[in-house]
Amino acid sequence: MIHVENKDLVIPGQILADDEYYSGRGTFKENGKVCSSLLGRVSLRNKKIRVIPLKSKYVPKKGDVVIGKIKDVRFSMWDVDINSPYSGILPAFEVFGREKKELNRVFDVGDVLFLRVVEVDEIKKAKLGLKGRGMGKFKGGIIVDIAPTKVPRLIGKKGSMINMIKDKTKCKIVVGQNGLVWVKGNEDMEQLTREIIHLIEAEAHTSGLTNKIKNKLYLTIDGELPPEEIEEVEEEFVLEKPKLQNFKEELEEEERQEEERQEEEKKEKKEKPDIGEVIEEFKRKNKSKDGSLSYGDNSNNSFILNNK
Amino acid sequence: MMSDLVRDDGRKFDELRPIKIEAGVLERADGSAYLEVGGNKILVAVYGPRESYIRRLLEPNTGVIRCRYNMAPFSVDDRKRPGPDRRSSEISKITADALRPALMLENYPRSMIDIYIEVIEAEGGTRCAGITAASVALVDAGVPMKDIVVGCAAGKVYDEIVLDLSEKEDKEGQADVPIAMMPRTGEITLLQSDGNLTEEEFAKAVDLAMEGCRKVNEIQKEALMRKYSIE
Repeated sequence: MIHVENKDLVIPGQILADDEYYSGRGTFKENGKVCSSLLGRVSLRNKKIRVIPLKSKYVPKKGDVVIGKIKDVRFSMWDVDINSPYSGILPAFEVFGREKKELNRVFDVGDVLFLRVVEVDEIKKAKLGLKGRGMGKFKGGIIVDIAPTKVPRLIGKKGSMINMIKDKTKCKIVVGQNGLVWVKGNEDMEQLTREIIHLIEAEAHTSGLTNKIKNKLYLTIDGELPPEEIEEVEEEFVLEKPKLQNFKEELEEEERQEEERQEEEKKEKKEKPDIGEVIEEFKRKNKSKDGSLSYGDNSNNSFILNNK
Repeated sequence: MMSDLVRDDGRKFDELRPIKIEAGVLERADGSAYLEVGGNKILVAVYGPRESYIRRLLEPNTGVIRCRYNMAPFSVDDRKRPGPDRRSSEISKITADALRPALMLENYPRSMIDIYIEVIEAEGGTRCAGITAASVALVDAGVPMKDIVVGCAAGKVYDEIVLDLSEKEDKEGQADVPIAMMPRTGEITLLQSDGNLTEEEFAKAVDLAMEGCRKVNEIQKEALMRKYSIE
């Protein structure tokens, strides 16, 4: 049995459903009941219940694109604040390769960068890189802070929302998956975009938001409503893994290539025999030659010790 | 029956003081709550999960919480000397201990959550009110939790077991039993007892306080729903 409906607001500890449902993110199972662990909205799909949090902190994940601020310049890396409980590091070789340069000449404390999470280690420290299109330092513009869970809504289905805002305000907008948004354009337009982004954040759960924002944008900028269009089928509100803007495909392509390259490297490595195997091989050969045990064999050593 | 008789402030023996909770009142905190119960006014701010800046505190497999309970100098009739004292350090510790079982911080290893409980006005039962408000603030901050922890006290005044002691009852009464619990499972996360009670009286006080907790929990839920439901 299920006690809630899709998009319902739930609070931690609230019982959502009985045993026949699967517990997804934001939920846990206890005594055969699926319970919510977060304040958020229910997302129900094929007997799997998830709770999409209203507020959350960004936890770095491999492959994410984020916006970060340089916190400190160290000997061979930069410390980057990525709006998360975990700090990011940008190693110098990700920027220069093998070359040696002075780090603070390239990026200094306070610079804001568009980065990619290359790796997340077991203590969740994020290793960042600059490989990818559009990655690097932002010049000018403003940063708008939203909840990371609202990022997909800001982008919209296939970037519908963000592209519309871009077209209308003539601003450059870059959205990081850590909930930071960089906006650059005309000063008034920057402020308008900031307002619009906060509006989207506040009303992320309402349906028909894209049209509402569209009307507001047209009204503020042109002073009139947009020409009537054939009513599009309103997209379903799904908060999923953020779909990125136009550069997304390129990034994915690059990532795929990167993975392929890594796999190839792995293969190459495999072709080179492991050092342990070499030793084993060596031992076996020695044994077969004269029947005596070779140097480095533990059993032989212990035998001598015992005799003493 | 006995619950028809009234106490000093006109309440029945099993009646709570009027209570009001508001979630998300502070702009700059990750989560916050404001609570008024009787003459108490309590403001709680939650920051985190954030990077632990105290190395020795961090845990490699889970997040940690820190709690600070502080009474404003003007919160009581006689001016209270500002700064931590023996009582507030104790309450800070027991509040953190009462909240910790409900938190699910496995996804935030090596992080830290700070809870600041500020008592603006005090009128008895601030530790329970602090726990109640702190868990609302934690939920508001988006911290994963098993349940909302709620605190409530019962006690013995003029040989009667009563719910939710006021300051006067606390001073004149014979015993005070503050508890904190997770209402869904009924797990008790805090149990203190001050004063003299027989075994039966103690059991009765705990039952009464648990009943009070459930009522307060409804108000917590309502506060959160009111803040975030679609207008």
